[in-house]
Amino acid sequence: MTIKVSQRDVAGVVVLDLSGRITLGEPSARLRESLRQLLNQGQKKILLNLADVNYIDSSGLGELVSGYTTVKNHGGQLKLLNLTKKVNDLLQVTKLYTVFEVHDNEARAVQSFQ
Amino acid sequence: MSSRPRRVEVTLETKVESIDLGEELARRVALTAGFDEEEQHKISMAVRESLINAYQHGNQQDARKNIGLNFFLHPNRLVVEVSDQGKGFRLEEVPDPLAEEGLLRASGRGLFLIRAFMDECAVESRNGCTRLTLVKYLRTPAAAASSEAGQAGGPAREDREWREERGSKR
Repeated sequence: MTIKVSQRDVAGVVVLDLSGRITLGEPSARLRESLRQLLNQGQKKILLNLADVNYIDSSGLGELVSGYTTVKNHGGQLKLLNLTKKVNDLLQVTKLYTVFEVHDNEARAVQSFQ
Repeated sequence: MSSRPRRVEVTLETKVESIDLGEELARRVALTAGFDEEEQHKISMAVRESLINAYQHGNQQDARKNIGLNFFLHPNRLVVEVSDQGKGFRLEEVPDPLAEEGLLRASGRGLFLIRAFMDECAVESRNGCTRLTLVKYLRTPAAAASSEAGQAGGPAREDREWREERGSKR
């Protein structure tokens, strides 16, 4: 079980389209590596599109939080887009909804970085 | 005298693939037990988090150790036991991931999710083995009738008796 990551540039914002499950092991490592590469390239406006992510476990949540902190420490912003119900519920129950800026409209999400 | 629960017993290797396997098994057992899709998701996720805990913290990713995964299907509830060969922990000593100072921690949410998704959760450590016992009650009319019929001794009693009886035969 892995995760697919594809990258787009929308008005200076890097949108990472994630598909699959963000879980312990290779999927979490893949997300970590993708974010690390973006930071190395100097990208500081990152939007994670989770429309096709219907499962995140505690390791995946930890990876999201870690990514958020790392990007912030580099002077950037990491925001979330299009949460599925299960992921939304998970962020609610863990109170991570209060940490992440979450959007359900890509154009408005991109605009929020300006 | 109450009937014996149906049971499923699995011994898993300490590796990441076992976590996916145990999660899928839990979903199927929950389906068989009569839980709806949302409850199946919660149960399988709680089992997944229990297995992650056993893999990472209990067995310390030591491939020479095993993880036990047992399911007991009662008319009104599902009892799941996840055991590892670690030194164990105390539930009350696990930091609260909802506390302000813990919100940005990269780890420590597994046990919280287990407790949020299951009705009961207990941990027992003995003789170099730690066992996490999870209980989820069925909310169906048949399950309610079964509960009203009375099953004294607490949710895990029959399972404990079965385990002790099995052990005495070895």
